Amino acid sequence: MTNQKVNIFSLSLIRGMVFQVFGTLVGMGVVMLIRLLMGLSAWNAEPVWVGGAFIGVITFLVGTGAFRDWTKMAFGEQVSEHLEVDPNQPGWAKYFNISYDHKVIGIQYGVTSVLLLVTAGTFALIFRTELAAAGLQLLELNMFNTLIGLHGMVMIASILLGVGAMSNYLVPLLIGASDMAFPRLNAFAYWINVPGAVLVVSSLFLGGFDTGWTGYPPLSARAPLGMQMFFMGVYFIGFSSILGALNIIVTTLRMRVKGMGLFKMPIFVWAAASTALISLTATQLIGLSFQMVMFQRLFGMGFFDPAKGGNVILFQHLFWFYSHPAVYVFILPGLGIISELLPVFARKPLFGYKWIAMSSLGIALVGFFVWAHHMFTSGMAEYLRVPFMYSTMLVAIPTGVKFFSWVGTMWRGKMTFETPMLFTLGAVSIFLLGGLTGPPNATVATDLHLHDTYWIVGHFHATMFGGFIFPFFAAIYYWFPKITGKMYNEKLGKWHFWLMFPAFYVQSLGQMRVGLLGMRRRIADYDPALNFDFSHLLITIAGFVIATAVLIFIINAIHSLRKGEIAPSNPWNSRSPEFFLPSPIPEHNYTDYPFEVVGEPYDYGLADAPFVKFDSVPGAAAD
Amino acid sequence: MKHFIFVAILVAILTVVVGFGLDAIGLMPELASLQGVVIDQLFRMHIWVISFLFALIIGFMLYSIVIFRRKKGEEGEGDHFEGNTGLEIAWTIVPLGIVLYFAFLGSTALAETRRADPNAQNITVVGQQWSWRFEYTDYGFSSDELRLPIDQQALLLLKSADVIHSFWVPEFRVKQDALPGDGMERELRVTPTKLGTYKLRCAELCGTQHAYMLADVIVMEPDQFDEWVEDQLASVSDDPVERGEVWYGQYGCQACHSIDGSDRVGPSWFGLYGKEETLADGTTLVVDDLYLHESIVEPQAKVVQGFETVLMPPTGQSMTDQQIQDVIEFIKSLGE
Repeated sequence: MTNQKVNIFSLSLIRGMVFQVFGTLVGMGVVMLIRLLMGLSAWNAEPVWVGGAFIGVITFLVGTGAFRDWTKMAFGEQVSEHLEVDPNQPGWAKYFNISYDHKVIGIQYGVTSVLLLVTAGTFALIFRTELAAAGLQLLELNMFNTLIGLHGMVMIASILLGVGAMSNYLVPLLIGASDMAFPRLNAFAYWINVPGAVLVVSSLFLGGFDTGWTGYPPLSARAPLGMQMFFMGVYFIGFSSILGALNIIVTTLRMRVKGMGLFKMPIFVWAAASTALISLTATQLIGLSFQMVMFQRLFGMGFFDPAKGGNVILFQHLFWFYSHPAVYVFILPGLGIISELLPVFARKPLFGYKWIAMSSLGIALVGFFVWAHHMFTSGMAEYLRVPFMYSTMLVAIPTGVKFFSWVGTMWRGKMTFETPMLFTLGAVSIFLLGGLTGPPNATVATDLHLHDTYWIVGHFHATMFGGFIFPFFAAIYYWFPKITGKMYNEKLGKWHFWLMFPAFYVQSLGQMRVGLLGMRRRIADYDPALNFDFSHLLITIAGFVIATAVLIFIINAIHSLRKGEIAPSNPWNSRSPEFFLPSPIPEHNYTDYPFEVVGEPYDYGLADAPFVKFDSVPGAAAD
Repeated sequence: MKHFIFVAILVAILTVVVGFGLDAIGLMPELASLQGVVIDQLFRMHIWVISFLFALIIGFMLYSIVIFRRKKGEEGEGDHFEGNTGLEIAWTIVPLGIVLYFAFLGSTALAETRRADPNAQNITVVGQQWSWRFEYTDYGFSSDELRLPIDQQALLLLKSADVIHSFWVPEFRVKQDALPGDGMERELRVTPTKLGTYKLRCAELCGTQHAYMLADVIVMEPDQFDEWVEDQLASVSDDPVERGEVWYGQYGCQACHSIDGSDRVGPSWFGLYGKEETLADGTTLVVDDLYLHESIVEPQAKVVQGFETVLMPPTGQSMTDQQIQDVIEFIKSLGE
């Protein structure tokens, strides 16, 4: 099957990339032509590259065929419901092509997410090696700053795509839909990430940028050309968030199977929908703030230029109005996975389903009123600090509800500890560390000391690992048999966990420790007099252990996919409808296996209380 | 019920171990300011609440994992209960009370750090890539190190000549960004309480040399401080070259321009005067008084080839004409 020959130009990805290269060149030519017509010299690196990069992204999308069906529709031509899969192509080819199947798109998101995770993790390993001892050994300063900025933003892209992977793959399956509400938009929302990510990483080769991922002006207004590529890449990835979120919301509201009321949805769907509400309404602001700096650089508009009456604080307000809610975009789906998996492995109902569902919405809502806690020392209007302290503290309430409800779910549960459950429990403990180290930062007085130190670095890495990384791995292990039809290797899975879990604690606690003692964020070198060498060496070693664990995960995934045991259709004895379908799941999900919801989703331990009733028992459910 | 008693004991032990453990390690660096006292008290309270909540959740989790887990050969499901509205309300209301109380404490502590002393000494702190300058406006001199008399409040007026910087001395705890732009000066009050030498560390990423944007902070006995002030006032030299060398340190020139010919971010000043330079646009000129003056006040006007990507701040705009002239004399004296 894998021996079939494929014309690589029939693959959307390859066509898109070729188109992007040509489009970029054409775009650069067009800008130079315009400059000549305006009487300027043809070459000026910044406008020429920006123009080329912009056109390149659009031609990438044209090249992939993302616009094809919409163009046909505009001219009144018929389009097919689903793209026909070319029978002459091997099975893997569909993952490199435009597909409207939400499961294929989910996998595309997931694989791209892991690739970006590895890229951003590699950046981190490089600068962590530099930080292992005081002094400069490996990197020059501009490269160090570029790497920390790219580590941040590429990780954010990876997380956003990982969230997209989970939402796209799972939401239709969990609510009994045959696909997403807007399959073409879904494909478009995935593919725009690819040229966007290329642009972000290309900043490394175009002079880099010295501002970190936050890109604060005036520094970003005078950074090298790489800054512009970074801004534009993020801008396009933001489009993906907005469009994907729209799709999730409509799908959740309109595509649920018969009998599935809002409070009968598997709990992950609540998390995904709350996440989508944030992405849909806040992402515009980071795009806007970055665009304003781009225009300041390109056209001399003085938004944030004090010499032209601009205000540097304004940028921070616009930036954090997205970038704070964004952290809830990163963690809410992960917390949803924790709530989804705990009952299955504790063999008990989810404690306080409605409270957990509402707490997701609550976090999403409160998340909009707390952005300025990133600015307590920024010099914004001083009276704003106290109200933002109170509003930030409120985040603890819905988050606390989740923790207590998880404990309620575990209490008296018959827990077993397969790899997905290990990652779920690890996530609870690490997110606890991340969550509890939040209030000292939310309190203005203590934040005066903590702000911009490694304490903050440790705090948010704990929230990201507990809120996304660990749950994401839990989800991959949990649904791996459903996605591939094969079982992952349990032994390698446990190695993955038992390396990553303690290593993360060492890394995060080490970061908090040096932060409190005076280690600033984002410095390439530190004062040897502070005696941080040993702590930093430990943090670096822990980072490499985490990387090793991720490598084991990748080996496990590839090996199991090729040579893994055939998985039973419901290895976890789950009540969720997708586990009653054959593995791998057929293209149109439930079209051939209609069902309706007749009970509660998490009635584990209650006899004769099924959640779903299929019209005819799917063959696979018999085993 | 028996289970709850065991867990309660476990949680109590964990809380004490974690709490006292963190206390024993000593989390914060040395404290050297009055403003930091309330901050450290509040942080310590935070640590105890964190210890308790961590112990509470981890205690219940560990107990469930060890005691209730599915043992070998065991069949059957967990206990069936779906929730408890009373409990949910309780763990919504109680934490709400706690965090609001902490926010209240945070506000009063913040007010404490902002408490004004009418006799405070005024010092203007100017950050620029990548150095600090301290203008003792009450006396009329400036310095590249911050010297403070012990137990007297200093009212620091922070501003920046280029990008955002941040004033942070870890031993003082408090932190405030320095912003560029007119009317963007920001206040920070510090009352040092311990003699010693500390380091001011820029806490806001401000470009490639951010890590090295440091300055010495020296807390002295009041009489020694007065002596130092006298010395500073007396040491304003009659020799323009010597004055220029002082400005070279204070206005941050040394961060980018060497005086011995070695490579830094900007052109070295060694042998600069009278030298023929090729500019970015290919033209050449001989470095004279006029060109140096222009380059100090308006650095981007004529950039030397090879330094196109380096943006020098318009340092000269915050200097007096006499100071600029002193710097030019200093440059003339180098490599003569």
